[in-house]
Amino acid sequence: MHIVDRRLNPGGKSLANRQRFMRRAKSLIRKAVHESSASRSIKDADKGGEITLPIHGVHEPTLRRGGSGGMREYLLPGNKEYAEGDRISRPQGGAGGRGSEGSPEGDGQDDFRFALTQEEFVDLFLEDLELPDLAKRRVADTENLSWNRAGYSVSGSPANLALMRTVRNSLSRRIALKRPKTSEIERLTEELEALEADDEQPLADRAVRISALREEIDRATRRANLIPYIDPLDVRYKRFEAKPKPMAQAVMFCLMDVSGSMTEHMKDLAKRFYILLYIFLKRRYKHVDVVFIRHTHQAQEVDEDTFFYSPETGGTVVSTALDEMLRVVSERYRPEDWNIYGAQASDGDNTSSDNDRTASLLTRAILPICQYYAYLEVGREGESFPPGFVRRESDLWQTYSLVVRSGAPLAMRKVNHRRDIYPVFRDLFAKKVPAGAEASH
Amino acid sequence: MSMEAGDSRALFQGADWEFGTIQRAYDAVERVALGELGLNVYMNQIEVISTEQMLDAYSSIGMPLFYKHWSFGKQFARNEALYRAGMQGLAYEIVINSNPCISYIMEENTATMQTLVIAHAAFGHNHFFKNNYLFRQWTDANGILEYLDFAKSYVASCEERYGELAVEHLLDAAHALMNHGVHRYPRKRPADLASEERRERERRQHEERIYNDLWRTLPAKSAGREDNSVDERRRALLQLPQENILYFLEKTAPRLQPWQREILRIVRQIAQYFYPQSQTKLMNEGCATFTHYRIMNRLHEQGYLGDGAMMEFLHSHTNVVFQPTFDDRRYSGINPYALGFAMMQDIARTCTNPDDEDRAWFPDIAGNGDAMGTLRDIWTDYRDESFILQFLSPRLIRHFRLFGVVDDVNQPTMRVDAIHDERGYRRIRQALARQYDVAWLAPDIQIVDVNLAGDRRLILHHRALNRVLLEENDVRLVLQHLADLWGYDVLLKEIDPASDAVLKEHAASPRGNLLRPGN
Repeated sequence: MHIVDRRLNPGGKSLANRQRFMRRAKSLIRKAVHESSASRSIKDADKGGEITLPIHGVHEPTLRRGGSGGMREYLLPGNKEYAEGDRISRPQGGAGGRGSEGSPEGDGQDDFRFALTQEEFVDLFLEDLELPDLAKRRVADTENLSWNRAGYSVSGSPANLALMRTVRNSLSRRIALKRPKTSEIERLTEELEALEADDEQPLADRAVRISALREEIDRATRRANLIPYIDPLDVRYKRFEAKPKPMAQAVMFCLMDVSGSMTEHMKDLAKRFYILLYIFLKRRYKHVDVVFIRHTHQAQEVDEDTFFYSPETGGTVVSTALDEMLRVVSERYRPEDWNIYGAQASDGDNTSSDNDRTASLLTRAILPICQYYAYLEVGREGESFPPGFVRRESDLWQTYSLVVRSGAPLAMRKVNHRRDIYPVFRDLFAKKVPAGAEASH
Repeated sequence: MSMEAGDSRALFQGADWEFGTIQRAYDAVERVALGELGLNVYMNQIEVISTEQMLDAYSSIGMPLFYKHWSFGKQFARNEALYRAGMQGLAYEIVINSNPCISYIMEENTATMQTLVIAHAAFGHNHFFKNNYLFRQWTDANGILEYLDFAKSYVASCEERYGELAVEHLLDAAHALMNHGVHRYPRKRPADLASEERRERERRQHEERIYNDLWRTLPAKSAGREDNSVDERRRALLQLPQENILYFLEKTAPRLQPWQREILRIVRQIAQYFYPQSQTKLMNEGCATFTHYRIMNRLHEQGYLGDGAMMEFLHSHTNVVFQPTFDDRRYSGINPYALGFAMMQDIARTCTNPDDEDRAWFPDIAGNGDAMGTLRDIWTDYRDESFILQFLSPRLIRHFRLFGVVDDVNQPTMRVDAIHDERGYRRIRQALARQYDVAWLAPDIQIVDVNLAGDRRLILHHRALNRVLLEENDVRLVLQHLADLWGYDVLLKEIDPASDAVLKEHAASPRGNLLRPGN
C-alpha cells in the first residue's frame, strides 16, 4: 500500500475548464454582469460576486424520457396506509409520486448560480474596451529607460569601478605569479638589520648569511616591482544596460463645470462616467492618480466630495479649468513620467468670448501632453426634440467640433440618460480595428 | 495479553491523524478484510487531498485526470457555489476502478473517518471492482489511467491543431450521445491478422477445389430480383440496427475527419468504462457498506477501535444508511446505501440464521452457514437488477414498506399496484428490479437505416416503452448534434412497440460547417 500526500499538488486543475465554461456562457454571463451591475451602487461596480444564469443557456441535452405522458411505474418506500388497488390522486408539483423514476442528471434545476471573482467581473464589464490606438502608440514611444546592472565590463568610467571584483582579480593574479608579500620582505629586512647589529658573532660567520639575505631581499623587491599590485588587467567596471520601462502610472483629470446650470442629474452622469474611466485606467496602470478640477468663471483643484457635492455659483469660463490643469501638470505630473488622461464634463455652456482661447489652449497645450481627452456633454434627462426641430449645438460643442475636425485626438459624446453612459463609454474605448494596422506590420 | 495492553492496542486516540496513523489503521483493516472476510483486492494507493482538490475531482467525474471541456467547469462552478453556501457537503472519499486502486481521502476527516473510508473504499469497492463480472468484462483497470492520460493529451493536441471551438462542438455532440455510446452486449472478437490470412487461404483453396468451367456457361441472374436483398445486405454491412450511436458514427459517418473519429472513440470508451458502474450502484455501495460495517465492528471487538471512535463511526454509518419515506421532504429516491446494506445483512442472516420464510424463498443459501462465501459469490456474479430479482426478501419489503404505484395518463388517478403482502412481494420485487435495469431505464433508441445511395438520411427509431415519449426540447438539441456529426439529415421516429404506430417524428439537418476546423 502506498500513501500519497497530494495536498501540496498545485490546485486549480479546473481553471482551464472554468475558462472554457466562461467563454461558452459568455453572452449569458455578460448579460448577467450588466444586469447585476445596474442594481449595484456605483462604488462597488468593480467588486466580484455571485451572478445567476438561466439554466437553459448552459444546458447539456441528452436523449431521455419526458416527465409526463404514457404509463409509468413507481416503487416507493414507507407505505403507511395504502392497500392494493387504492386510488391516489396525482400529486402537484412532483412530490410523492416522483423521485423513484429518479431524475438521473440534475433534472429540474433552478437557475444556475455561481460566483465570479472581481477580476473576472471587471474583465467582462470592460470587455472589448481598449485604449485608443493613438494612446497606445504614444505609450510605446514615451517609454522611459531604466538602467539595470548587467554584469561587469573591462572598460567604463571610474565612478563605476567594481572594487571588489578588481581586487579579487588582482589577488588571484598575485598568487598565481608568486609576487612576494610586503610582510615577507619586511621580515627579511628585519633579520638582516638584526644580523648587522649583532656584534657578538664573528663577522666572517655573519658575512655569508648577510650577503645571502641581501641577495634575497634584492630579488624579492625586484620581483615585487615587476609584478604590480594592481594591474590594468585586473580592473573591472560595473556594467549597466538600458531597459525600456513602460510607464506604470497615470493621472486622470476630471474637469467639470459646476456653475448653476449644471443640475444634480448632470453631475451624476458625469460622476458615472468618471468612475468607469477610473476602473478602466486602474486595470491598465499600476498607479492612478485622480485630480478633480471644478470651474465656474474661475477654476480650482478640489477633493472628490467638494467636486461632486459642493454647490457653486458663477459664470462659465472653460479655459480657466484648462489653465488650472496645465498648472497642476507642470507642478506635479511631468508628461514624460505620467500618462495623462483628461475627461471633461459640461452642459456645453461657455462665455462666447472664451471659445477661441479654449480651442487654442486645447490644441496647443493640452492635447499634446494627453494620452486621451474625452469631452462628455451631459444633458437634461428625457431631453429630446421632436423630429423637424434642429437642436442648437452648444458653444462648447461647436468649439470642440472644430478641434476634432482638424484631426486632433479628442473624443466627444453627448449623454442624456444614465443608461447611455455605459454604451457611450464602450463606444469611446471599443477596440477598433485600425484600417492601416494590418499593413503597417 | 493483559487488559492494559488491550487498551494500548487502540489505533489512535482522538480525532487527529498523521501518516503513521493511516498506516496502522490500514494494516488493521487489511488483516480483517483479507484474513476474515476473504476479500480479494487490487493493490491500494491512498491519496490524501484537500477540499479544493475534492471539488476538482468532482468536476471530472471523479477521475484524477481528464480532458478539458466547459461542462466540467460548469460542474465545478455549481459544486463550488453549493459547497461554499453550505448547501452540500463533500463525499468523504472517491475511489477509482484502477490497478492500483486509488482512493482519495480528505484531509479534514477524523482518524475514525479515515479508518472507515479505508475499509469502505480501499477494501469494499476495491473488492467489487476486481471481482464483479461486469467490471471484468467491460473495464480495463490496468489501462484506464494511461488511457485517460492519452485522451487528455490527444484532445489537447486536437485543440491546438484544429482550434478549441471545433473540438468543443465535437465534444458537445459526443457528450449528448454519450449514453448511447455503449455496447450492451459483448461482441464477437474481431479476428486477428493471422487467422484472417488463414481464412483467406482456405477460402481460395475451397474455390479452386470446386472450380468447374461449366459454371461459366450458366445464364446470369436477372437484376430485378435483388431489390429486397439489397436493403438487407446494406443493413447487414452497416451492422444495422445499431444501438451504439457513437460507434456507428465513428465507423460510418461519411464526413468526419480521422481526429474526429478518434475523439468520438475516446468519449465512447469512457462511457463504456463507466457503464458497469451505473448497473451496479446498489450492489457496489451495499458491498462497500457491508464490508466497512463488518470491519469496524471487528476492530472494535479486538480493541483496536475505542468506544468513542465506535460511537462516531455508528453515527456516520447510520446517516449513510438512512432511508426517508416517500412523503418525507428529504426523500430523493431509494438510497442505494440503505437498500444495498440491508440486503447484504439480510443475506448474511439468511445464511447463518434462517427462519421458515427464508427457507421457502431462498432454499439454496438458507442455513448454508457460509455468509462471506455466499456474499462473495453474489458480488462476483450479479448486477443490481438480477441481484434484486433474486435476493430481495419479503422481510425487507416489509421492513422498507415498499409499495408500487402505476400512473397511467389515460386514468384520472394513480393506482396502488402492490404492497408488502403475500400477493405483492413478487410484483414489488420485479418492479424494483426494473428500476435498476439500465436497459429498461434508458430509452431504447436504435439506428435502423440509412440511404447511402440517395440523400444519406439517417433514420432512428425510439421504441417508446409504455408510450413515454422523449423530452422534446432535448431531442431537438441532441438530434441537431447528431445531424452535425452525421453530416446529412437525421430523422427520429418514436414508435409504440405494442402497435408499431409512429407516435411522433423529429427531424434535423446539419448546421453548415460547425465541426469543420477554422470555421
